Amino acid sequence: MTTTKSEWESVIGLEVHVQLATKAKLFSGASAHYGAKPNSQACAVDLAFPGVLPVLNREVLTMAVRFGLSVNADIGKRSIFARKNYFYPDLPKGYQITQFEHPIVGRGTLPVITEDGRNLSIGITRAHLEEDAGKSLHDAFNSMTGVDLNRAGVPLLEIVSEPELRSAAEAVAYLKTLHALVGYLQICDGNLQEGSFRCDANVSVRKKGAPEFGTRAEIKNVNSFRFVEKAIEYEIARQIQVLEQGGTIVQETRLYDSAKNETRSMRSKENANDYRYFPDPDLLPVEVSQAFIDEVATTMPELPWQKRLRLQQEYALSEYDANVLTSNKALCDFFEEALAHTKASAKITANWVMGELSALLNKNNLDIEQSPISARALGGLLSHLADNIISGKIAKTVFEKMWSSGEEASVIIEREGLVQENDSAALEKVIDELMLANPSQLAEYRSGKDRLFGYFVGLVMKQTAGKANPAQVNELLKQKLAG
Amino acid sequence: MHFKSLTELKLALHKKEVSSHELVSHYLKRIERFNPQLNAFITVTGESALQEAQKADTLRARDPENAPPLLGLPMAHKDLFCTDGVKTSCASKMLDNFIAPYDATVVTKCRDTGLITLGKTNMDEFAMGSSNENSFYGPVLNPWNTDYVPGGSSGGSAAAVAAGLVPAATGTDTGGSIRQPAALCGLTGLKPTYGRVSRYGMVAFASSLDQGGPFAKSAEDVALLLNAMAGFDERDSTSLNVPVEDYTQHLNRSIAGLKIGLPKEYFSHVSGPMQKTLEEALKVLEKLGATLVEISLPHADLAIPTYYVLAPAECSSNLSRYDGVRYGYRCENPRDLNDLYLRSRGEGFGTEVKRRILIGTYVLSAGYYDAYYLQAQKTRQLIKQDFDEAFKKVDAIASPTTPTPAFKIGEKVSDPVTMYQCDIYTLALNLAGLPGLSMPAGFINGLPVGLQLMGHYMQESKLLNIAHQYQCHSDWHQQHPTAME
Amino acid sequence: MTLSIKKVQETAYLARIAMSDAELNRCHHEIEQIFTLIDQLQAVDTKGITPLAHPQASQQRTVADKVTESDQHEKFQALAPAKQLDYYLVPQVIE
Repeated sequence: MTTTKSEWESVIGLEVHVQLATKAKLFSGASAHYGAKPNSQACAVDLAFPGVLPVLNREVLTMAVRFGLSVNADIGKRSIFARKNYFYPDLPKGYQITQFEHPIVGRGTLPVITEDGRNLSIGITRAHLEEDAGKSLHDAFNSMTGVDLNRAGVPLLEIVSEPELRSAAEAVAYLKTLHALVGYLQICDGNLQEGSFRCDANVSVRKKGAPEFGTRAEIKNVNSFRFVEKAIEYEIARQIQVLEQGGTIVQETRLYDSAKNETRSMRSKENANDYRYFPDPDLLPVEVSQAFIDEVATTMPELPWQKRLRLQQEYALSEYDANVLTSNKALCDFFEEALAHTKASAKITANWVMGELSALLNKNNLDIEQSPISARALGGLLSHLADNIISGKIAKTVFEKMWSSGEEASVIIEREGLVQENDSAALEKVIDELMLANPSQLAEYRSGKDRLFGYFVGLVMKQTAGKANPAQVNELLKQKLAG
Repeated sequence: MHFKSLTELKLALHKKEVSSHELVSHYLKRIERFNPQLNAFITVTGESALQEAQKADTLRARDPENAPPLLGLPMAHKDLFCTDGVKTSCASKMLDNFIAPYDATVVTKCRDTGLITLGKTNMDEFAMGSSNENSFYGPVLNPWNTDYVPGGSSGGSAAAVAAGLVPAATGTDTGGSIRQPAALCGLTGLKPTYGRVSRYGMVAFASSLDQGGPFAKSAEDVALLLNAMAGFDERDSTSLNVPVEDYTQHLNRSIAGLKIGLPKEYFSHVSGPMQKTLEEALKVLEKLGATLVEISLPHADLAIPTYYVLAPAECSSNLSRYDGVRYGYRCENPRDLNDLYLRSRGEGFGTEVKRRILIGTYVLSAGYYDAYYLQAQKTRQLIKQDFDEAFKKVDAIASPTTPTPAFKIGEKVSDPVTMYQCDIYTLALNLAGLPGLSMPAGFINGLPVGLQLMGHYMQESKLLNIAHQYQCHSDWHQQHPTAME
Repeated sequence: MTLSIKKVQETAYLARIAMSDAELNRCHHEIEQIFTLIDQLQAVDTKGITPLAHPQASQQRTVADKVTESDQHEKFQALAPAKQLDYYLVPQVIE
């Protein structure tokens, strides 16, 4: 059940919880740092001790406004924190402080390029500030659940999209764009494994052209792009199947099980929740002045789509290359730094960053920030290539040595004598000798067996230990073999 | 000695007529003797109080010039101010085992001023009540007549000060919980402007209404205590960042020329003897040069219904944290998570608290929010606007604090609607966030009667000035219950 | 307004408060009476009146993004009814 029948259209809206990269929590002075010992970063406020009160971390306002400006959104000049009331062990106060009627970020748009090169403009409904809940550990204690409240109170920006996405692939393209954006804005570390960027998907289907949306199911907390895609695909197929068999879709929360690749109903969350939102009387309206917004605007970085355009215009890169490079701020920074330190062209540099380097990083499970080869060092290597000091093949060898030793390209090239042979007299001598040593192959070549040309190229490269300039070898061989 | 005012005791310490250790020992003995009868204290911290008294005496001997203003004077805290290492129960089974892990800002500030805590006073559970009958530890009795209630919710603090078990105490006032027991026990009690006293560490009942304040024998004492308690606190987002004035500074100003408004709606229901007593008190103010003006607060009758929507709504959410998970009461052998919640809260909370949580949950729930909660926020606006208008015409407003003097224990406990009417004159101030005080204005059948003075925002000083001038020309505040001698 | 006992029961569940039938009946009766007080609000014309959420016509203050709290879990967890390995324990939550 993975194919979508063509008369159906799927409608997807995403709610992304972005953990804001603050030092302290949203309403307390406890550390928001990930990975501490259980409950060691839960202070009296986070634990909801009697009498404690929330105070607002200023940094989250800057971060929220940065995001709002980046998607051209209306900034809520007066936003209100409300309480969302429900009981759960990871929610110490029995309510979550969130923004309900008056969020800090209103309507905006996110430009998205799909994998197949289509340009979309996806509406952002709103983005609001709220506190994260703690974590429950279900399997470690005998018939009990353990609760760790370190994460309780960590600031989140919940970004809600319009239901304008029409396929799982579009949803993933939207998510990747948003993921890159929050990295550019430096408001989130983007770590999916640690839950810094979490996604809930609202999925429904309808007959193409139908004016009304179908009933939606909400898929909770999927934490990788691949699983989001699979979960949505599964859910679309499931809903179509239910409808085609004459059934109806129930509005409900569903959980994606990646091991079984299916979504299933979370009945435990369905007990007629009535959240009784009301303005939090411990907090006053948050006012954001135009002066504050203007000040934040002066600190805005170049945004991914601005950068993408610049790369195309300034370096004549293709849209595809520009899109790949700008999908991650650190990757693009690396590319630009390498380019600043090389004689090689932008295209060659881009190919190496997206090709050899990315492949080795992936293989070793490293982020670009952890690359053993610095951008400057890569630039240096590519300069040698551009200057014809080494061949492309040698460059790959040098690159691998740089990766494992951390040495500069020039050091490796010099020590190992890998400098390309550009002396045509010496090369002619090598070719002459090889022609003498291989008379029968030479005769066959001259009688029309063209493919033996490659045989002679191989012999030359072997004889010169790969240092011969390949272009030069080609040219000279052609002349000489022709006789 | 024990019926002396804080001001007098301060002077006695200063003149070395008595040491802090002697003072604290004396009051501790009084607590030991009278508390079993009155039930005013939940916890007595005698040992630490005596140690602190010793330190205070040493400090005073060593450096008398730099002694903090209230060094070595004893007091008590209502048992909803968190006290580090000391049980803070809110008079609830839910927190019967709760040893607070930190100090409320008010507690810290009182200590920094040199005050010594003798213990934690009884109250209505989570400050919900007007008679102090809603305590897990049993009712507090009125020292003037132990058949009667001391008022609530800060009844333990009021009874303790009135009985001479301690010369001063803190209370909290969400709908009259300082002013009403002050009136019923013959004390001066002040609810400051919302935000003047930090709420950090003061266990919340209704966050937009709660405000801490002092009880003492006189306006002068209250001014000293407010100096200690008031002030900006970064940990309370609703704390006012306005410098604290010296509230004793203007006590002796003449009140000649001040206009005091008498809201006709507040005098229309009071009984004959009550009316007569208050008129006598008002005459004294008139004699001192104040002008009495009849005013109208047209939405006065909306205070009770507005309050009984908003306060329960906030309380229902504020009390959700008591779930048996991180501290406090947890039921025996919960079958599952819901059973843990349902029984811990069902068994841990008393009747009145549960009732208010239910009302609050209901008025916030889907389909009822607009009709109740939102409508009450609008009528709250009307009530506030009444005061804004009134204070354009007058400097202060005077009214009865309560419709009647203290009532008998058990008289109203089974009828919440009648009980709620006790706060008819005090609720509006909390809804508007304004300051108000109650001061002794006479007796009816041996039971004290209070006069309420209400002021505009941050006008505590003016209210204390009027009260002090009245007290310079009356002696109701110097009376004490003879049975407690 | 009439308030059914079923509604009171649902509200008690929403607030997670267990009540015996007797308690529920009494509570229902009292709450009905209290609502006769509260329902006076329904008669008030509040058209055009701005709701007042808070007595302060002020705005939210903010504090710097600074870690000011240290690890006190031992002191805090000394108050916990059930804990193990620094976790708070509750009956198993099934998801």
